[in-house]
Amino acid sequence: MSSFFRRQPALGKDAGLDLIDAVPVRHPWRWVGAAVIVLILALAIQSMTTNPKFYWGTFRTYLFDVLVIQGVGWTLILTVSSMVIAIVLAILLAFMRQSDNPLFRYVSWVWVWFFRGTPVYTQLLFWGSIGALYPKIVVGVPFGPELFSWDTATVINATVAAIVGLGLNESAYLAEIFRAGLKSVDNGQMEAAEALGMRKAKIMWRIILPQAMRVIIPPTGNETIGMLKTTSLVLAVPFTLDLTFVTNALASRTFLPIPLLMVAAFWYLLITSILMVGQYYIERHFGKGVDNVMKAPVKATAAVAAAHGRPPAPPTAENIARPHDENTEGGTS
Amino acid sequence: MTAPSTSRPSQNAAINPLVKIQDVHKFYGDHHVLQGIDLTVNPGEVSVIIGPSGSGKSTLLRCINLLETISAGRIYVHDELIGYREHGDRLHDLNDKQIAAQRREIGMVFQRFNLFPHKTALQNVIEAPTQVKKQSKAAAKVRALELLEMVGLSDRANYYPSQLSGGQQQRVAIARALAMEPELMLFDEPTSALDPELVGDVLQVMKDLAKSGMTMIVVTHEIGFAREVGDTLTFMDAGVVVESGNPREIIANPQHARTKEFLSRVL
Repeated sequence: MSSFFRRQPALGKDAGLDLIDAVPVRHPWRWVGAAVIVLILALAIQSMTTNPKFYWGTFRTYLFDVLVIQGVGWTLILTVSSMVIAIVLAILLAFMRQSDNPLFRYVSWVWVWFFRGTPVYTQLLFWGSIGALYPKIVVGVPFGPELFSWDTATVINATVAAIVGLGLNESAYLAEIFRAGLKSVDNGQMEAAEALGMRKAKIMWRIILPQAMRVIIPPTGNETIGMLKTTSLVLAVPFTLDLTFVTNALASRTFLPIPLLMVAAFWYLLITSILMVGQYYIERHFGKGVDNVMKAPVKATAAVAAAHGRPPAPPTAENIARPHDENTEGGTS
Repeated sequence: MTAPSTSRPSQNAAINPLVKIQDVHKFYGDHHVLQGIDLTVNPGEVSVIIGPSGSGKSTLLRCINLLETISAGRIYVHDELIGYREHGDRLHDLNDKQIAAQRREIGMVFQRFNLFPHKTALQNVIEAPTQVKKQSKAAAKVRALELLEMVGLSDRANYYPSQLSGGQQQRVAIARALAMEPELMLFDEPTSALDPELVGDVLQVMKDLAKSGMTMIVVTHEIGFAREVGDTLTFMDAGVVVESGNPREIIANPQHARTKEFLSRVL
């Protein structure tokens, strides 16, 4: 936007206009505010660097420790896999909730009610102890012969229990986010697609969901970053390889909790930052056609003609820049 | 569908009507929106429906392609009952797939355009042919560019709807509906959401379409269009057809007081 305005004077001078060059309103308090913030920042840095109890040496020793790096890896695996499960289930649950089939609607409602209504810690405990509840998983005919059977402990090990526990719980929250997104799409979109003879499932997938994603992505990014930290609850399973568990264990071994908390915080912050970059690009993709298109910019010739009071040439391919020409236009005009 | 979808019957060969609306009623709760509508549209005909807002004209149009269900009566397109299957002495609802198949033969243009905002003009036009008719993308593109050329927008193929004016969006919407090669086109106040200077382009496209022999049902406030292009004019008020016939005669010499009053306010 600002570059658009800065380009105006060049056009205006060509047209011989006396352009307004007003003195902007001054904001002295902004400078004062900035100075205060810089001061606070400097004090914080000074205290952190000079206070020996931060044990920065220990921080450096453990930052790239093999156990810590593995912990980062496991935390990422838990976050990504549980979010993938949650997103797939959430799309399904949101579609079911809007279905004409009452059975689908009730199942979806009950699912959300249950998994949102019980604590995630309790659910993780449950998945961790499912082996005690059902020592064997058996496939067979009810009251008849059994066909296959497995040890529950080998099928649902700690990793699976942690991922399933986190994923199912999250799916309930995400389902509501997806439902809100689907509802945000104008009803006319459904009608237009129906009038073209498209079937319901195809309309949801190709027309409604892509538009809903604009609304769905920001809160889903929020949930993903939340999940990154929620993975520390997997000690309930018990799953003992994630970042929080590992740094806590190292802290009790070294009797230095502060530097190891800093190690964990550093990695969580780094991963969050990377996730935020990813979210930016995903938002940009789904904003296509809505958020990030400029009105087809009018080329200089048409604007100058208008400034001289001549009727502009009818819009043609020549005097309206195409969207993908935007970059080259900016340089030359 | 038993109907041939490619051949366009000429106007004088019209013996069997394309659309038959018989004693159609529609309730919204206690509100009796349509109170026994009869309407017949022959192949190649342009049937214009006018009337004050709330008269039920848009509802009637939306019943023809099942965006609304009717409470009583019958609607036939090409002798095929719309929305139901007659079996024994009872009607059975059509399923999702059968409804979609019936809609495929009927194009619709909306007051608010309803283009897909996340797709370019070209992608909007090829969406249904590629997804519903399973045409190849290349073939659908060739046809889509022809249609965009026809509505005067071939140079806007790669624009998103948000980059187009209302009139341009509506013309893309017409091209999108035509891409499915429908036998019948429904227009629901296609120019009512447009700035006055943009109405002409859209009406021109509709006139060209009428000339090409397309069967059209047009709900509109454009009396000039009705007079120039319409084969029949139907005036609706409060859920009933007040008057129907030759547009030029009705506009010049309305028989009913309500028609007279309405025309005096819009002309």
